[in-house]
Amino acid sequence: MDKITLGAVNTEPGSSLNYKTGSWRTMKPVLTPENCIFCNMCWEFCPDSAIEPADPKSKKPIRIDYDYCKGCGICVEECLANKNANLPNALEMVPEEK
Amino acid sequence: MGVKQVVKGNFATAVAAKLARVDVVPAYPITPSTLFPEQISQYVANGEMDAELLLTESEHSAMSAAIGASASGARVATSTASQGLKLMSEMLFIASGMRLPIVVAVGNRALSAPINIWCDHSDTMAERDSGWMQFYAESNQAALDLMLMAFKIAEDHRVLLPAMVGLDAFVLTHTMEGVDVPLQEEVDDFLPPYKPVYTLNVNNPMTFGSFGTPAHYMEFKYQQWEAMKSARKVIDEVFADFERKFGRKYEKVSEYRTDDAEIIFITMGSVSGTARAAVDRLRERGIKAGAAKIVVFRPFPLERIKDIAKKAEVLAVLDRAVSFGISGPVFTDIAGALTNEEEKPMLLDFIIGLGGRDITFRDFFEMAEIAKKTMKAGKVDDPVHWINLRKELLEGGA
Repeated sequence: MDKITLGAVNTEPGSSLNYKTGSWRTMKPVLTPENCIFCNMCWEFCPDSAIEPADPKSKKPIRIDYDYCKGCGICVEECLANKNANLPNALEMVPEEK
Repeated sequence: MGVKQVVKGNFATAVAAKLARVDVVPAYPITPSTLFPEQISQYVANGEMDAELLLTESEHSAMSAAIGASASGARVATSTASQGLKLMSEMLFIASGMRLPIVVAVGNRALSAPINIWCDHSDTMAERDSGWMQFYAESNQAALDLMLMAFKIAEDHRVLLPAMVGLDAFVLTHTMEGVDVPLQEEVDDFLPPYKPVYTLNVNNPMTFGSFGTPAHYMEFKYQQWEAMKSARKVIDEVFADFERKFGRKYEKVSEYRTDDAEIIFITMGSVSGTARAAVDRLRERGIKAGAAKIVVFRPFPLERIKDIAKKAEVLAVLDRAVSFGISGPVFTDIAGALTNEEEKPMLLDFIIGLGGRDITFRDFFEMAEIAKKTMKAGKVDDPVHWINLRKELLEGGA
């Protein structure tokens, strides 16, 4: 076990990478990849950089990084496919399996 | 030896900062400490001092800048008082928690309201739990000497805690007194450059002031507790080293005619000289009085207080501050120090000299009278007395 340092100095830069904050989640967004329209609104609005953006040229859909996604649901709210009544939903909130 | 100069207390602390080769002085002026940043700015402008003088927009910012500078490995000093220390208060706890050996000269001044610029100890007493060491000067010489020693004690790796040096508003800050100002080479020989354990450095990044969860917080506080404990030993070592090099003796508590004393006055700061002179006059009147001056208030000199308590029948504590709803703060600490002693003297607390009210021989004679009555009665009903209180000014009269 690591010993505590003098004055709470953390001598290891970037150590927050070791801490997967996605474990806080109770709900999670789930993507249906074939429904993604590559608009990247989810990536734009994600408050935690937990979305890897889509590439419209290669038609690569977005990807959700569940190591850091807190399940706030903002991506689901902002998803343009979800907002468009003529398109099938791309993102949906589902309860986290415990 | 140094050069004798006739100087004000604020000059003494400023010249100490210069002699200590302080790197950064973040400052915001406040009465009665303004002469400190004024003097430093002259030193920097004249090229006599190679320091960064940061004129901040508030004392909160001054202490924040001090924390940043100290974390980068600089030796840091500033000066403030009263409301200024209160505005720093939030950051004081951060400086001590981050274990940064910043030194602050505090021109001990009363707190508002009502607004008052004169001396008492309310400002530093209210910061006694901030994790800072506290030293109280009786003279301008002591202000200079304690400031120099504060760096050495604070920066010792067994301590690494910030320190404040209290000097009484106007009585010391603005009063001229002959002071032996040490030579630069003498101070260089006494005080080596600051060697930090960790420093902010872009080439070796670290996180300062990180998060402490319930699983770790207590251990950090315990480290501070232990550091304060080891400061007791380091203070004795540095006082002894200072005496060897400069010939001036300092003790955590200095005693005067206490050996056969029945009544011992406990004082801090500039009133200690008055106390010794009052003791001489009381002795002429056949009253066995003595005096003890607390120089180091944090860490509290528990063992010294226990030793002194063994000598007296009554300890008469002079408190230049008040903790409303109980007593003066020095009194509660002394009572705490003695609580498990089998034999202890009776304890009296005198709230005195608030807001710059003079403390005179007449006050000491009055306190001695109360102490004599207490000895005769053999018990204490109410230990707290307000001395030289103008009751006739109160609504409803005395």
